Order: sequence, then structure tokens, then C-alpha cells
Amino acid sequence: MNKAVQLLTGLVSAMAVTSANAGGWGINLREGVTDLSHEIYDLHMLVFWVCVIIGVLVFGVMIYSMVHHRASKGHKAATFHESTLAEILWTIAPILVLGFLTVPAAKALIKIEDSSNSDMTIKVTGYQWKWQYEYPEEGISFFSSMSDPSRKASVRDSGIDPNSVEHYLLDVDNPVVIPVGKKVRFLFTSNDVNHAWWVPDLAVKKDAIPGFINDMWANVTEPGTYRGQCAELCGKDHGFMPIVVIAKEQADYDAWVSEQLASAEETKAASEKTWDRDALMAQGEKVYASSCAACHQAGGQGIPGVFPAITGSPTVTGEIGEHLNTIMNGRTGTAMQAYAGQLNDADIAAVTTFQRNGLGNAVGDMVQPADVKALR
Amino acid sequence: MDTHAAEAHDDHHGPAKGLMRWIRTTNHKDIGTLYLWFSLLMFLIGGVMALIIRAELFQPGLQFIDPQFFNSMTTMHALIMIFAALMPAFVGLANWMLPIMIGAPDMALPRMNNWSFWILPFAVTMLLSTLFVEGGAPAGGWTMYPPLVLQTGAAFPMLIFSIHLLGISSIMGSINIIATIMNLRAPGMSYMKMPMFVWTWFITAFLLIATMPVLAGAVTMLLTDKYFATSFFNAAGGGDPVMFQHIFWFFGHPEVYILILPAFGIVSQIIPTFARKPLFGYSSMVYATASIAFLSFIVWAHHMFTVGMPVAGELFFMVATMLIAVPTGVKVFNWVSTMWRGSMTFETPMLFAIGFVFMFTIGGFSGVMMAMTPVDFQYHDTYFIVAHFHYVLVPGAIFSVMAAVYYWLPKWTGNMYDEKLGKFHFWMSTVFVNILFFPQHFVGLAGMPRRIPDYSVQFTNFNMISTIGAFGFGLSQLLFVYIVIKAARGGAKATDQVWDGAEGLEWTLSSPPPYHSFSTQPVVK
Amino acid sequence: MDNAADDQYYVPHGTTWPFIGSIGLTTFLVGFIMLLNGGANGKYAMIAGAVILIYMMFGWFGEVIAESEKNTYNNWEGKSFRLGMSWFIFSEVMFFAVFFGALFYARILSVPWLGGAGEEADTNRILWDGFQAVWPTNGPGNVGGEFQRMAAWGLPALNTLILLTSGATVTWAHHAIKKNDRKNLIRGLTATVVLGFLFVFLQAIEYKEAYHEGLTMGTGIYGSTFYLLTGFHGLHVTLGAVMLTVVLFRSMKGHFTPQNHFAFEAAAWYWHFVDVVWLGLFIFVYWL
Ligand code: HEA
Ligand code: HEA
Ligand code: CUA
Ligand SMILES: [Cu+2]
Repeated sequence: MNKAVQLLTGLVSAMAVTSANAGGWGINLREGVTDLSHEIYDLHMLVFWVCVIIGVLVFGVMIYSMVHHRASKGHKAATFHESTLAEILWTIAPILVLGFLTVPAAKALIKIEDSSNSDMTIKVTGYQWKWQYEYPEEGISFFSSMSDPSRKASVRDSGIDPNSVEHYLLDVDNPVVIPVGKKVRFLFTSNDVNHAWWVPDLAVKKDAIPGFINDMWANVTEPGTYRGQCAELCGKDHGFMPIVVIAKEQADYDAWVSEQLASAEETKAASEKTWDRDALMAQGEKVYASSCAACHQAGGQGIPGVFPAITGSPTVTGEIGEHLNTIMNGRTGTAMQAYAGQLNDADIAAVTTFQRNGLGNAVGDMVQPADVKALR
Repeated sequence: MDTHAAEAHDDHHGPAKGLMRWIRTTNHKDIGTLYLWFSLLMFLIGGVMALIIRAELFQPGLQFIDPQFFNSMTTMHALIMIFAALMPAFVGLANWMLPIMIGAPDMALPRMNNWSFWILPFAVTMLLSTLFVEGGAPAGGWTMYPPLVLQTGAAFPMLIFSIHLLGISSIMGSINIIATIMNLRAPGMSYMKMPMFVWTWFITAFLLIATMPVLAGAVTMLLTDKYFATSFFNAAGGGDPVMFQHIFWFFGHPEVYILILPAFGIVSQIIPTFARKPLFGYSSMVYATASIAFLSFIVWAHHMFTVGMPVAGELFFMVATMLIAVPTGVKVFNWVSTMWRGSMTFETPMLFAIGFVFMFTIGGFSGVMMAMTPVDFQYHDTYFIVAHFHYVLVPGAIFSVMAAVYYWLPKWTGNMYDEKLGKFHFWMSTVFVNILFFPQHFVGLAGMPRRIPDYSVQFTNFNMISTIGAFGFGLSQLLFVYIVIKAARGGAKATDQVWDGAEGLEWTLSSPPPYHSFSTQPVVK
Repeated sequence: MDNAADDQYYVPHGTTWPFIGSIGLTTFLVGFIMLLNGGANGKYAMIAGAVILIYMMFGWFGEVIAESEKNTYNNWEGKSFRLGMSWFIFSEVMFFAVFFGALFYARILSVPWLGGAGEEADTNRILWDGFQAVWPTNGPGNVGGEFQRMAAWGLPALNTLILLTSGATVTWAHHAIKKNDRKNLIRGLTATVVLGFLFVFLQAIEYKEAYHEGLTMGTGIYGSTFYLLTGFHGLHVTLGAVMLTVVLFRSMKGHFTPQNHFAFEAAAWYWHFVDVVWLGLFIFVYWL
């Protein structure tokens, strides 16, 4: 018995500590950095306090009568068991309260759903398990997946302490960049299963659904880096497809855009030239880590019964055309997706070569970007 | 030959002996007992899965299990707890108490009653065995959204068919309950004289026969989409993944009230007994229950605010959802008024009932917060939701089941349970359940998504607390198991009345009641 | 002596049939699961399960019928049976409602959306450019290839006629049973059963044609809704026809009295239910 009491007191004091330095503990919604996020925050606090007040009233009455109307105090039971007036009152009262809550909520909702006359558009496509960002007007397109340090540390028994990793699970290789003070309209869809794009500071969460386009908008008021996560169960690595939005001043944003276009040129050039084996293997290892390792595992051993191994796989060690075909067009009805649209010729050539000659395989041959282009 | 004489004669035989008694029984008490033990076992198994989840979430980083298996645990935990633990618990209570409370000889369709139980073990075995098949157990969440769920391996058809079986079981159970209540009430037991538990189950049964077939249809479409090339949930074929969500939640939301209405009934039985004062506003309770049931059919899309519905739809579902707070409020206020100026004692059942009112209300409040569509854009699929529904399900529904067990155990077994231990069990459970679930509000608001095996480090502290609470709560439940078994095996004899404030036909019978309660019906004035 | 013991509700003493039923059902499903997972022996398990199930039904219903013939039941039990049957039919209605719901969802919402209706202009422009929303459709992906719409005014219309007539013939039989006129009872039932199976037969022909014209379950949302709706309906018609056949044989053996003929009523209600469902099908799947 008193053991339990000790345990309880221990826990209670733990809770006390909790609320003490609550600052670092994050116990409430984030106010965010858009007008809407502030509005939503205010709504949240409004309904919260309404509930607190009602709670205090209801629980207050209960506690009062539990204290005073107990047999041990010799309180005799009254016999009343009906009051139409009371029933009517406590039917009307909540209705009024709820009406009072509904009006501002409805107003906010209508604002949120109105994505008309936006300044720019970004198309966001969910993949298992990364995001693709496309800027139609600017002609920019890139993938964004969880950055390596987090990936390494999040492997089971990795031995790496998550606390030692900066922005553990909330960091990506290529963040999406937007200008501040502009009404940015996001279009969402998915390549495989449902995902949901959510950055708390931008307030609104929207599902990315295959075959349909959803939209949502945000007008970020202050420059900064804002982090979020996929918020719809999308399989094994649902917990590992973070989102990072960097809001920049217009000038910096423009600089970033031209930068992107330049590097796009480079990758294009890379796909023109022929590569030597070492270059292919080196590049292939990178691509494998970011695109294949999630399922087929870093060592290529796969997960028996779920994801086939690369090491010694008949496809990989077999005829090269079929191998390329699998990588480029995927396998329907399985989690193996088509990478033709996700990777450029050089990367596909590299990763194919790497799979055939790394990870314990030694087929010996190699693939050039030109071969891949030929298959497109 | 007059068979009735023969039957009537048979009626006075006790139960058959041995295992066959339980397999062949058509007796509502035996079947109720089967349901209740089954449900307890499943609660432990589902709980162990929950503990695996909590253990993995104790710290950031993956310590014990891989992400895929974590998702399987989340999925199976929910399916087991809802379909194999909580629903059977309520059906078990219904089997035991409804006939007695309305003065019926037994359930209306005793053979079918036997079947509705005996499908369950088969269904659940099928579901649990998915843990051992190639590709692992279902991992798409208990909501089974396509396209993700279609990536399930060999477990997929097992999942679908076990749900079909569970559905058949609860449909037969509900039909039986409806027939019993409509046809077997004792003379003079008019509808508006029925005990509240009977009323809430009556309405729940209708919810069940209306929604279970819907779930069956939904999973059938999943099956054909995966194996028979249909395109219900595939945009390329003209379907829509979101259509599944609509159908699922058309079942799913009434389902959550299926999980709470009987609880309302139980609490409405217990509070008057220990307040020694008749239930306040009986008829308004009945109407409130009915309106909750009605509203539950027009609020489903509040689970889908982020799928990109037309604004008009979002507004409608927001308002409809908030309205449910009104009849539910009426119930809460009625319970409080029943306690008001009563002469209360606080035996274990009363403690659990009061705990229910407090903590269910807290869960209800977070529900109303989430009903505010714009704010739900932030809450959705975070631990705030997890906190919400565990408050209504664990210190809500599960507490009500425990209250009911403590309340009626002396009647069932003829022995009093150990009051000291019972109270201790209540306090342990209450303290730990809050340590377990309250911090989840915080991490949820702070931005921790649900259904993730690993989280970024700023969520660590509250997750640790929550996990400690989980193990504490879990162990407290072993205490419950011990108390029940102890009472079942012996102890201080219970009177027929058991609780001096108790009213109703069940207390006119001996404790334990005869194998056949009312072979000839009592007359209710 | 019928109501001899109206204050005595009959409670049977133990039965093994439900447990056997569960075993049969599970065996059957396990077989199906094996089949779906590419296991070859699945079908044997399915057959075994089906056999067990049939055995169970004969046993269970046999027991109940025997009791009924011994006047074990009176109006009180009868009312329970009737309540049970009617609410079972209600749950069946809900089951069909799901597939009708899916049909309406596709026709009123998802297909137009894919065609750019409402707030979904982008969906059409970006993902399914050029797709026009028309019904029937196999979707923007043209899933399942070319197909023909099933015309309402061929076989389906004939089938409608058949089912409606069969509805009338059970009613004829019902009047007969109430007047204890066995000759007409048997005539009416025979007609109904024949019409019922005829319907199923024609439906089979209809399917053959449909497949011939490229309409399969794989034909996008149209094929999906078409086959699941008509398929489950066909299944229910078959079931109803079997029930009626049993009732027919029982009436030939002289079962049923003007007061006590629950089995007949149950089958008749069920028959009217599949009848009504068909009308819905004819209008929304074939006609409009
Ligand atoms: C027993 C089960 C149960 C019960 C009773 C409820 C009750 C309610 N639930 Fe909950 N809910 C679930 C189980 C339940 N829920 C589950 C399992 C999920 C998650 C499913 C999943 O995604 O996995 C969920 C999710 C869920 C969501 C979706 C959140 C999201 O995913 O984004 C929403 C949104 O509106 C919601 C709302 C409500 C509301 C408004 C009530 C109301 O009925 C509550 C009414 C009660 C009160 C309000 C308290 C008492 C009233 C008063 C004291 C009167 C005065 C009060 C006011 C005027 C505010 N619930
Ligand atoms: C009635 C329903 C019900 C009940 C009772 C519970 C009970 C509990 N639930 Fe759960 N839960 C759900 C319904 C329920 N839950 C649903 C619907 C979901 C959503 C799933 C989804 O997202 O798809 C969910 C999800 C869910 C999550 C989120 C998982 C995720 O998002 O990834 C978590 C995490 O903490 C959790 C925890 C718990 C805990 C600690 C309990 C505890 O109360 C459990 C206490 C009981 C025990 C601990 C058992 C005691 C026994 C022992 C300790 C000894 C064991 C011995 C033997 C077996 C021999 N539940
Ligand atoms: Cu993507 Cu979860
Ligand atoms: Cu709901």
C-alpha cells in the first residue's frame, strides 16, 4: 500500500516539475506565423476557456454535493426527480454557448477555404515517404526527404542518441522555400497512399489524396524556418517524412530561385555525359540511401515477407533491361513505385549500377544515363 | 403429447456440467458470463499491445520494435479493444441483466444468442493470427483507409473476414436484444418504466443493426478492390479513396456512441442507487439518448475535416457535431441533479460512476473543441485526438464497465467483492489513467502526430510520463482481475437487495439468481 | 391447445448447432483466405466449410421445425421470430444501402469532380486533363478498357416483370395459407419458386453478355457498382428462392396452419425485400 503511495508522490512531484518549467515542454498550440494561424489560436483559446468555465461549474456542483450530501454526514435524501424548467434551461444554455462559438469559427473557416487570387502556387505531391515540390511558374521541381543524420539515428538500436541530432526527425535535405508577405497557394496530391501536409506554424493541415487535388493557402508574415510532419498514416515511415518550409524575403527568395534553375542545368548536363564506374557507384550509393534504403534497408537485405532483398535478388543480378524496367516503372500492386518520374537519367543509371555491383552483388556491368534516356 | 409440461419440468434442472455446458448453453446468464470473461481476456491482450506501444514511445529513437510492427500494434490494439473487449463487455452485461431487469424468462432467441457469442472466439482468433502471417499484421490503422490498407500482405483477407464475423455476431446480438425488449417485458413493464440501462441498450441495438452492415459493405469493397479489380477507391477508375472514409465514418461515428450509450445506462442505474434518490429527469434521459443516437448519423465527417470537403459540408458537420453536446449535457446535468441533495455513500461502483462523469465530461470537452472545424485543422491526427478518445473510452466506457461489474457482481456470484481492494483499484486506476492520458493533450497540441513510432525530442518528457501512467494503469487492472476472481470463488454472502438504495426487478431475485430467472413473469405495478 | 402455455415462454435446452456453424463458417473463410493468398488447396477447405454449414442448417432448422410441428411455439414465441426476421431484413437493407450509396457517390460526386466540377477544377486540369464526366464511365484512367452499357429495356425489363409477378404469386399463396387452401398454397409457391430461379438464370445470361461486351468487375466504377449491386442481389434472390423451396416442400408435407406459418411469412417478407431492391437496381443501375 504505502509503496504505491510513494510511487504516487514520486509521480505527482514529477508532474509538478513538469508544469514548473512548462516553457520548454510545449503544452499548447503554437500561435504560428500567419494571420489565420493567429485567428485559429484565438479560437482554440476561446473554446478552451469556455470548456474550463463550464467544467468548473459542473464539477463545482458535483464536488459540493459530494462533500455535503453524503450519508456519513447524516444528510437525508430529498425526493425530487423532475423539473421541466431546469431541463429546458440546461438545454437552451448550451445551445447559446455553442452558437456563440460557431459564429467566429464559421467566419474563420470561410476565410481559410478561400484560396482565390493567390500570388503564387506550389504543387506538393506525397510519396512513400518523401515530398515532391513543384513550382509551375518558376519551372522548379525537387524532392524533399528526411535528412541523413535523423535517418541514421532513427534506425532501431542505432546507438545514436536522438538528442545529439539537430532537429531530430524534423529536418530535410531540400526544404521548400517561399517568399514572405505573399499569398502562397499549395496544391496537394499523392503518388501512392494518403498523406497529409502539416506545418503547425502555417496552421492548416490538408490531406494529399491520390487522384485528387486539394488546396490550401498561407501568407507567412515573418521570415524563418518552419517545421512539420506528415499527418496521415501512410505506412512504415509515416513518422519519417518531415516538412521544412523556409520563408525568405522576396530578394533572397528570387536568389534561391535562380540558384535552383542553375543547379537544374547542372543535373541536366550530368545526364548528357558518360560516367566512369567509380562516379556511378559513388552517386548510386547516395541515391540508394535516399530512395531505396527505406524499404530494401541500408545493407540491401530487405525485410523478409515485406520488402524483398536487393542482395542476390534475381531481378537485380539478372538481365539488365528488366532491372531498369523495375526501377523506372515500379511493380504494380506492390509498394515498389515507379522512379522514372522521381530520378533523373544519371541517378537511375547510378543507382542501378550500384545495386548490381554493390550491396554484395557483383554482376560487373554498368548503366549509362544514355541507356536510361533510351528507355524513356 | 404436451411438450410444455416436459419443458416446464426441465426448467428446474440446473445447468449441464463440464465444457459442453458452455458450448451448448442457451441460458442468458451463462452466455453473459462467457461474454464477460472473453472481454476481460481481450482487454488484457489489447492492453499488452498498448503497453508495447507505450514502451516504444517511452523515449525518442527506436528501442524495441520496428515501425511496421508499431503500426500493427496500433491497429490491432484498437481493433481488439473496440470489437473484442468493449463491445462484448456491453453485450455480456446486456445478456446478464436485460432479461432480469424486464422480468423476461430469458433472451427472446436463445439459440441465436449462443451463436452470437460463439462466433467471437473464431473471429478474434482469425484476427490475432494475422500477427504470425507473412507480411505481418494489418498496419493501416483501425480506420483501414485505402489505398494504404490495400498494401497489407497475407493478413488482408483475414482482417476483412474477421470484421465480417464480428459484424455478424453483433448484428445477431442486437436483433436478439431488440426482440427481447419488444416482446418479453413483464406485464405492466411499459417502455417508459424500463430501467435506463435497458433503454440505452435498446437504442444502441438499433445503432448496431443500422451501422454494422455498413462496415461490412465498406470492407467488402476493400476486398474487391484488392482482389477483384474493382475501382471503388481508385480515382483512375472513377472512384475516390475518400468515399471509403465517408462510408467508414458513417459506421464509425455511431460506433463510438455504441461504445458510450450503454455506459450512460449503467451510470444512470448506479448513481440513483448510491444517492438513495430516484434518477432525475428519467424521460429527458430517454429523449436525450434518442437524440444522441439520431445526431450520431449526421456528424460522421467531423473525422474528415482535412480531406478537402466543400465549405458548406464542413460548416454543416461542424454545427451538427456541436449539437451533440446538448443532449449529452442534459445527461450530465441530470446525473449531477440526481446526486444533488441525495444521501450519498461511495462504494466502489459509485466511485467508478462518479469518475466516469468527471472524466467522460473532460473527454467530451475536447470533443467539442475538435468539432470547431478551423481548429481541428490543427488538432487532427495529433495526440490531442488520442487523448480525447481515450478519455471517453477508458475512464469513460471502460470505467462504466468496471462500475457495472462491481455493482452487479454480488448479484451474479452471491458473494460480496473485497470493498477495500475495490476502492484501492478505483484510486489506482483514476490516478494512473490521468497520468497516462492527460499529458497526451499537451504533446498533441505541441504538435506530435499520432501513429508514429518515434518522435522528435521536444516531446520526450510528456511521453515518458504517459508511459509510466500506462504501466501503472495496466498493473492496477491485474488487481481488478484478482478482485473479480476472488469474489467469484467466495467471500461474504450478499443479500438479495445487495445495495440498500437499489431498485428494480434484478434485486427481487436471490443472489445468485436461479438458473432460470422468471419462468413465469412477475407483474410490474 | 395452441395457446395452452402462453405464460410459458419456450426456452430450448442447449444446442450444438451454433458452434458447428461457427466451425463451418470459419473453415469456409479460411479456405477463401488461402485461395486469395494464392494457396491451391483453399477450395477444398471452402467445400468442407460449405458442407458443414449446410449440415448445420439442416440440423438447426430441422430441430426448430420439429418443435414447431409439436406446437412447442405459440404466438408469444412467434412474435419473437417475426421481430427477429424483420430486423434482420432491416440490416440487409442497410447492407444494400452501402452499395447504392457508393453508386450515388460516384455518379453525383466523384465522377463529376474528376471532370472538374465544383471546387475540383484543378483535379481535372492537372491530373485528368481532358476527362469528361459522363455516366456510365470507367474513369479517367479508362480502367478495364472499352465496354458497353447494359440496356435497361432488354433482359432487365423482363426480369423486372418476372420478379413483380413472383411477388404477386407469393401473395396468392399467402391468401391460400390463411384460408387453409393447400392446393392454391402449393400452386402459388411453385410459381414463385420457378419464377425466382428463372430470374437467376436470366441474370446469368445477362452477365455472360456483359462480359462479352467487355463489361467486367474491372471496368472502373461502373463495372464495380454494377456487379456488386446486381451480384449481391442475385445472391439474395437465390437465397430467397431456396427458402421458398423449403417452405414449398414443407407445405407439401402438410406443415403450417392458418395461424402458425412463420417460416412462410419470413420467406415471403424476404422475397418482397429482394423484389424492392431490384426495383432500385432497375431504376438506378440500368435505367437512369
Ligand atoms: C466513446 C467514444 C466517443 C465519444 C462519446 C465521443 C464524443 C465526442 N466526440 Fe469523439 N472520437 C472518438 C470517440 C468518442 N467521441 C474516437 C475513437 C475518435 C477517433 C477516431 C480515430 O480517428 O481513430 C474520436 C474523434 C473525434 C473527432 C475527430 C477528430 C479528428 O480526428 O480530427 C471529433 C471532431 O469533432 C470528435 C468529436 C466528439 C464530440 C463533439 C463528442 C461529443 O459527443 C461529446 C459531448 C459531451 C460533452 C460536450 C461533455 C458534457 C456536456 C456538457 C457538460 C454540456 C455543456 C458543454 C458544452 C456546451 C461544450 N471526436
Ligand atoms: C476501448 C478502446 C480502447 C482502450 C480501452 C484503449 C486503452 C489504451 N490505449 Fe488505446 N487506442 C484506441 C482504443 C482504446 N485504447 C483506439 C481506437 C486507438 C486508435 C488506433 C489507431 O490510430 O488506428 C488507440 C490508440 C492508442 C495509442 C496511439 C497509438 C498511435 O497513435 O500510434 C496509444 C498510445 O499511447 C494508446 C494507448 C492505450 C493505453 C495505454 C491503454 C490502456 O488503457 C490499456 C490498459 C490495459 C492494460 C495495460 C492491460 C492490463 C494487463 C496487464 C498489464 C498484464 C497483461 C497480462 C497478460 C495479458 C497475461 N492507444
Ligand atoms: Cu506520409 Cu504519413
Ligand atoms: Cu465521431
